[in-house]
Amino acid sequence: MTTVAPGAPGAPVTLRRQVELTIDGQAVTVPEGSTILEACRSIGTEVPTLCYLETLTPVNVCRVCVVEVEGSRTLVPACSRPVSGGMEVRTDSERVRTSRRMVLELLASSVDLSTAGGDVDRWIETYGARRERHGPPAPSTERDRARAGEHEPVAVGTAGTVAQAVKRDNDQYVRDYSKCILCYKCVEACGEEAQDTFAIAVAGRGFDARISTEMDVPLPDSACVYCGNCIAVCPTGALMFVTEHDLRARGEWDEGRQQVTRTVCPYCGVGCNLELHVQDDRIVKVTSPLDHDVTRGNLCVKGRFGFEFAEALDGGSR
Amino acid sequence: MDLRVTEAPASPAEREAVDSVLGPPESGWSGGARTPLDGHVAIGGLSRARDRRRLLLPALHALQDRVGWISSASLGYLCARLDVAPAEVYGVASAYALFRYEPGPPVVVHVCDDVACRAACGGDPTGPIAARFGPAGSALGRVDGRAAVTWQPSPCLGHCEHGSAALVQQAGERGGRATLAPFTADDLGHLVSLLTPERSGAPGAPDGSDGPDPLGGLLDLGSLPVPLALVPQVVAEDLGSAGGPGAPGWTEGPGPRLLRRVGRVDPTSLDAYRAAGGYGPLRRAIELGPTGVIAELKDAKLLGRGGAAFPTGAKWEAVARNPVRPHYFVANADESEPGTFKDRVFLDHDPYALVEALTIAGITTGAEQGFVYVRGEYPLGASRLEHAAGEARAKGFLGSDVMGSGLAFDLEIRRGAGAYIAGEETALFNSIEGRRPEPRNKPPFPVDRGLFDRPTGVNNVETLLAVLEVLRIGGLAYAAVGTPGSTGTRLFCLSGRVTRPGLYEVPMGTTLGALLSMAGGVAGGRPLQAVLLGGAAGTFVGPEDLDLPLSFEGAREAGATLGSGVVVVLDDTVDVAGVLERVARFFRDESCGQCVPCRVGTQRQEEVLGRLVAGRPLESVDAELALLTDLDVVMRDASICGLGQTATSLVTSALRRGLVPGVAGNGVTRDKAAAAGASGDGEREDGT
Repeated sequence: MTTVAPGAPGAPVTLRRQVELTIDGQAVTVPEGSTILEACRSIGTEVPTLCYLETLTPVNVCRVCVVEVEGSRTLVPACSRPVSGGMEVRTDSERVRTSRRMVLELLASSVDLSTAGGDVDRWIETYGARRERHGPPAPSTERDRARAGEHEPVAVGTAGTVAQAVKRDNDQYVRDYSKCILCYKCVEACGEEAQDTFAIAVAGRGFDARISTEMDVPLPDSACVYCGNCIAVCPTGALMFVTEHDLRARGEWDEGRQQVTRTVCPYCGVGCNLELHVQDDRIVKVTSPLDHDVTRGNLCVKGRFGFEFAEALDGGSR
Repeated sequence: MDLRVTEAPASPAEREAVDSVLGPPESGWSGGARTPLDGHVAIGGLSRARDRRRLLLPALHALQDRVGWISSASLGYLCARLDVAPAEVYGVASAYALFRYEPGPPVVVHVCDDVACRAACGGDPTGPIAARFGPAGSALGRVDGRAAVTWQPSPCLGHCEHGSAALVQQAGERGGRATLAPFTADDLGHLVSLLTPERSGAPGAPDGSDGPDPLGGLLDLGSLPVPLALVPQVVAEDLGSAGGPGAPGWTEGPGPRLLRRVGRVDPTSLDAYRAAGGYGPLRRAIELGPTGVIAELKDAKLLGRGGAAFPTGAKWEAVARNPVRPHYFVANADESEPGTFKDRVFLDHDPYALVEALTIAGITTGAEQGFVYVRGEYPLGASRLEHAAGEARAKGFLGSDVMGSGLAFDLEIRRGAGAYIAGEETALFNSIEGRRPEPRNKPPFPVDRGLFDRPTGVNNVETLLAVLEVLRIGGLAYAAVGTPGSTGTRLFCLSGRVTRPGLYEVPMGTTLGALLSMAGGVAGGRPLQAVLLGGAAGTFVGPEDLDLPLSFEGAREAGATLGSGVVVVLDDTVDVAGVLERVARFFRDESCGQCVPCRVGTQRQEEVLGRLVAGRPLESVDAELALLTDLDVVMRDASICGLGQTATSLVTSALRRGLVPGVAGNGVTRDKAAAAGASGDGEREDGT
């Protein structure tokens, strides 16, 4: 569950013991059970995260949030490690900076991060990650056919990547796994943590690990119900609305020209809040606020994709 | 969850395979024939489905053995039976190397090309095979008009003392696996001729009928020769008087003797085991009670042999005291560290010992259910262990009243399916539970939340066998052997260019040089180039390190690790670059892919090494070495588990020693303390 800062509006009144620790020399007090990440955020210390999301149980796989904890042999993931009394945390030591730089470098050299957002670009800059020192990208391979324990080494001098063809097998969304950092969020959202559909899972292993339906069947043949909750949690744009994907392909996607309107879904009585992203009077994407009591960011196929009628009502000419 | 599976019906053979593990379907809801009653009765529930998920891996094995591959239709049937989503099952199955997803020849021969065999034959052992039979994946032999055999390279198969090995995997009514060691191109030729009945007229051909399963009954796996264990059995407390295997220096001294029965006592007879002292330690454990047993382990100062050197007594005590129930105890027999074969020797030749040791662990820690996780590449060991457990159960050494003590304990045997990472203890739990073999985050540690999220003890085979010896001779007598910091004896797997390869048991603290001379030194008297110590996650030591005491603290001080007891001897003719490239490839193939440092880091390590060996650095050799240093740091410091944390160890140590052509020594900076920290307790198996 998410931790709401005590005293914040809407926070349940609970009696939680307070724990004292130091972060970069600064004393911090947070409720027992908080994570190091929450403690850092409570004092405004930035810790980069990729696979973390407030509404999901941390899987701590991207390792970009690692911090140094006194007495620990290795660095620890801030997103999942609970604080303990007297803990001494360092978030900006040479060790931490090296590991974060390398994690970003390993990702940037193997994954297309072009739609991962400004924070990622800024972190790559801040930590000095240099993807080019791993060599030019190797040609894309048939990753979906890769078998565990067997691989062909890439040509000497090139860097293996996860590049592969875009998957477009339905009218709602596009899967471009060249942009996938394997953060597991879509799998969690599709399965245990939200939708309980289990249409996708991590398959294969090692560098060949990938998100896949069973036997890589197209989405329409899988258990997918097109709720789009995977798109909502994807941090890199590997999963995208068809509308957004096509606008980007035409160079017309412009968040500066978009308006976000918050409304209530008209389909049923649950009362899900919608955020309609509108560009040039057209709905281009639908999200739901992560902190909304009802949805926690999740929607169903109707709320997420059933917006064409709004445009049909609007004269039906478009 | 609404299960959505393919409409295609599974074949009778596929259904039979799945039903052999799960029993026949109860109703139309779970894949059976629909009856009018199905509309009125629901059998199921989430907790029941959860209980059955642990049967996923055995069911996948059954499909692979029977049909040779896992089809969409069989996947659908399996999912309907287990109430697990197909995407999840595919995710689990595709994490293991021994399952296939498209039809192919019924016999697949996995030929070891890993470090120990590579060192033994001085090059790639699959070279002569590829030269004679074509590249990996070539179709060989003909049965019923289709290819009968194919071959492919394999990571270490755990028969390193033979210098070459192959795992034969056969699908059909007589499906299963068998190991051949040593294994040459001629052996593959023989297999192919057996499976080419129209040409050779050899027996074992199918009756020619085109029945529903034309692949049935190809090879009689049981008739293939069982590889001998090469166990010189030098157990020496006084190394001065120890003879070589030519004059077996075996003395029934007062010290521990893990190898006491191997090769001397019938591994298929409980009576023989008892006559050789078996089940004395269990009787003693029942007399002592849990507190007494734990006190003996503490007196013995027994440290786990899995790599982390965690005190066994403290681990057992933590499980025993945990108020959450039930408890579980797991024996980790998934040794897959290249160059390691000690578990195999005991599974094949002293299986009752493991059954007894696990029983002691169970009754001491309050676990009534135990698991033995045997690597999938050990078919003989798994079947001997099954036999041993069955006989023990029939004679009251397992079950509801163990040896009349009133205590209950039983065990289940699980087969791995080709995944090194499943030997990491928490990945092993996931594997048993029917999930992807991915390591879990620690904490919580297994003693608090392990298998099925319950308090769980887990030890590797050598540690459990040492417990038998502690109880046999007493904790203090055990502690009198070895060094103060590393008590007892230790098993070492000697392979490569050594005169008498095999499994050796020596007191902790024995020097590397003494161990090598017991094995007759470097084969042919050639100069020693280096010793690969500890395994793929270990380090290289050189001729100048022969005084290195083989103890936990001795290795740590030298910046090395004993790891799983691997000692691969490399003489001056062995191509170290080839060995290193194989190791890099190994980690690239065996990473589970969960965390970024290991998933991408192992790929990048292989690439940099390839550039250095090819003499084609990207910017400069120095830049490449700096990159390797960075990879070493991030993988050691930020990976989730011991695999990633030690995957750079061997490459780093080789570069430091100047073993890579064209790269001067000390190229990669890594201080000794950090190296010792990383190798001392970051490894698989016992890594609590």
